[in-house]
Amino acid sequence: MRLELHGITKRFGALTANDGIDLTVEPGEVHCLLGENGAGKSTLMNVLFGLLRPDEGRIVLNGVERRFTSPRDAMRSGIGMVHQHFMLVPVFTVAENVALGDEPVRRVRALSVGVLDRDAAAARVREVSARFGFDLDPDAVVGDLPVGVQQRVEIVKALVHEVGVLILDEPTAVLTPQETDELLRIMRDLAAAGTAVVFITHKLREVAAVADRITVLRRGRVVGTVLPPVDTTELATLMVGREVVLTVDKGTSTPGSERLRLTGLRVVDDRGAVVVDGVDLAVRGGEILAVAGVQGNGQTELTQALLGLLPAEGSVQVDGSAVVGRRWDQDGREYLVAPSVRDVLRAGVGYIPEDRSADGIIGSFSVAENLVLDLHDTKPFGSGLVYRPGEVRRNAEHRVEEFDIRTIGVDLPASSLSGGNQQKVVLARELSRPLKVLVASQPTRGLDVGSIEFVHRRIVRERDQGAAVLIVSTELDEVLALADRIAVMCGGRIMGVVPGGTSREVLGLMMAGLDAESAAARAAA
Amino acid sequence: MSTTAEAPPLTAAPPVRDRRAWLDTALLNVLAVVLALAVGGVLIAVSDEDVRGAASYFVARPSDTLLAVARSVGEAYAALFRGAVLDTRAGDVAGALQPLADTLLFATPLIAGGLAVALPFRAGLFNIGAEGQITMAAVGAAWVGFAVDLPPGIHLVAAILAGLVAGAVWGAVPGLLKATTGAHEVITTIMLNYVARFALLYLLGTAAFQRPGRADPISPPIDSGAVLPVIVPGSRLNLGLLLAVAAAVLTWWLLSRSTVGFRFRAVGANSEAARTAGISVPRVYVLVMVVAGGLAGIAGVSQVLGSERVLTQGVSAGLGFDAITVALLGRANPWGVLGAGVLFGALNAGGITMQAQTGTALDIVTVIQALIVLFIAAPILVRAIFRLRRAGGGLGQLSKGWNG
Repeated sequence: MRLELHGITKRFGALTANDGIDLTVEPGEVHCLLGENGAGKSTLMNVLFGLLRPDEGRIVLNGVERRFTSPRDAMRSGIGMVHQHFMLVPVFTVAENVALGDEPVRRVRALSVGVLDRDAAAARVREVSARFGFDLDPDAVVGDLPVGVQQRVEIVKALVHEVGVLILDEPTAVLTPQETDELLRIMRDLAAAGTAVVFITHKLREVAAVADRITVLRRGRVVGTVLPPVDTTELATLMVGREVVLTVDKGTSTPGSERLRLTGLRVVDDRGAVVVDGVDLAVRGGEILAVAGVQGNGQTELTQALLGLLPAEGSVQVDGSAVVGRRWDQDGREYLVAPSVRDVLRAGVGYIPEDRSADGIIGSFSVAENLVLDLHDTKPFGSGLVYRPGEVRRNAEHRVEEFDIRTIGVDLPASSLSGGNQQKVVLARELSRPLKVLVASQPTRGLDVGSIEFVHRRIVRERDQGAAVLIVSTELDEVLALADRIAVMCGGRIMGVVPGGTSREVLGLMMAGLDAESAAARAAA
Repeated sequence: MSTTAEAPPLTAAPPVRDRRAWLDTALLNVLAVVLALAVGGVLIAVSDEDVRGAASYFVARPSDTLLAVARSVGEAYAALFRGAVLDTRAGDVAGALQPLADTLLFATPLIAGGLAVALPFRAGLFNIGAEGQITMAAVGAAWVGFAVDLPPGIHLVAAILAGLVAGAVWGAVPGLLKATTGAHEVITTIMLNYVARFALLYLLGTAAFQRPGRADPISPPIDSGAVLPVIVPGSRLNLGLLLAVAAAVLTWWLLSRSTVGFRFRAVGANSEAARTAGISVPRVYVLVMVVAGGLAGIAGVSQVLGSERVLTQGVSAGLGFDAITVALLGRANPWGVLGAGVLFGALNAGGITMQAQTGTALDIVTVIQALIVLFIAAPILVRAIFRLRRAGGGLGQLSKGWNG
């Protein structure tokens, strides 16, 4: 199906989210829509999918002009959409989710009512799965499935209707590298079958891997259309409107003495499963150790245990003294240090949590208050019972400048900031204390290119000032850009610690569960 | 990251926006009261004998009905005003201002109780237990007030402290339960209300509490040395009002100028982020409930040492539940609670005069109070009726759900 958008304009009050956008997607092509957060990609797709009505412009499908007033209209015309945030009912089975909204019905004569035809629903799922080589069990409950598989359910849900145009809205944001590669393959297969695929993303590597044509949006306008082979630097420049340093500009590390040591760290989750299984790691001052791995292999729990947020066995030592776990007194007797997050932070550990909006900031608190969440009761912000809003404000004005936090005022709620600026608030807060150890979990997830660059620079600077830096990231690009050493985690264990420049292939094999030597041997063969 | 030429324009200074939002909220509150009084007026008219009589020949002479409606509603609200603000029929100035003293007397426990609900709201807890905390505080204050022999003045201070401590202890229980076992405070506080109510009933039957020579559940009178002094001669308005106002100031200070209040608000707004920043969430739960119990204690103290001067079964009489309404109306803000407490005090004081002088049922006042809160909780409805623009405002989310 050939899709044409002519002069689409959508305004929200004073903001023009889409400004006269023209876009043509041919059948059988993967068309990438590239842009920073807030460039207007999702608005455009919501217009196309009937969720928003454009102020100006036309939508033409196979030469016929269409007006969609609801997603139902769009779906009937052959447009399918896989949303960034899944629209699935977790307690329903795969078949039930796929059937939802268009349920196959079996008539029961005696009652003159229709009932859901489960067999037909399951058959539909099997048919579509077989066509595209998905391995989906129609009877599995969606909530029990891994994220990547849930996304496949979303895709099947779109494909059970006759789909001429399939829109994927930032589909890789939640996926592991392996799942991402699989999704890119699926996109190619769909295109080969004649579907027009619109792939929305801000990840340049994926664009380079899969795109037939690339349209770049910036501030609601089309700023360029590019054909492969692509030059990622050129794309990045188009996206942000200026040159961007894609590789982190960092000097060689000069590791000092050991500052962070994890010994036999073991975490058992609520269901009794061992999620962190005897992790031993040491990080020296002035080096960045990146923990790579497929998401859900214990990295999140590792950092939480390190901070004392999760009960754990084993010990965590900062500069030789235990902050979590076992400690020995002068006579060599062992006793337990009760993990208190506050004590760990005060011991000189900075923490950038994985889920910024849930754990990093308090949305309804002002930017200024968020900048002192941890230090609100220490001088000059507070002492004893007294809290000093004036000092907190003064500190905020200073930090906002230092970290280039884009906000109209430090008294505005943190929720009014963009994701990148929220992350800068977290960063500014954690880096405002003298740190011995910095723990950063997915520090650039969901950020645009400009913010990623900024966050990376600050992390490297912290390393150069002598802190031991532990990064957890599922983005191999980030791991390779930042790490002086890489620890690969799989199934709660460290598979090995390898040098920073190790090849993607070796890392990939280690992420799948091979130790460093076997992975290197396999990669060489 | 350097500033690019295309950076978004930085306009709209925040203080202006704040003031506008504040005005918008104030306007909504006033309109909610107006609407509630209007609906109350309909109820007064419908329940009036004369109106119903005139309505039977409405088609023949509609003016009779309309006159009767105007007269019944006008008289009822005039009586409400005379009972709550200014007695225009009184002979002297002191008499004319007497209703204001009554209003403030009624407002005193509502303000303190309202604060006891509002403060935990800000920490994400829904304290349904003000009723029980008021009751236990009254028990503590009353016992010291009638059973202990101390010099005047010291006796009063001791009785007040006993009340505050009893309230705080009763408040600490659900806080501790939540912090250690995760038991939901809504359930535990409701249950503790029952415990407090029947504990009071039991105590009033024991030798330690029951007035000698009486068969009904009533305590000996509070010693004159432990009674809260009257501050407006000729009324019962007492020092309890100043305690309640001081409590509002203290609550404001606690929330906006103290490190403890910062932690309260942080836990209330996002307990996970607070925990990640090193704030001990269980400790906040316990502490906020202790303080809330103490605030409720002021309500109990003012009741038993101020207006009642004796301990009976009805010492709290649902004050703890009206306090929830006051806290909601005041949007969990100390100054808002102060205003809401005075408004409800006025409606209560005026309602009694209204019933006495015009025969309009006191229940109407309760309906009006409920309607005010209902309209404030549904700002969209008020906006629709008065055709106001701009979204936002409203009660917002004060407390987390059942799983919090």
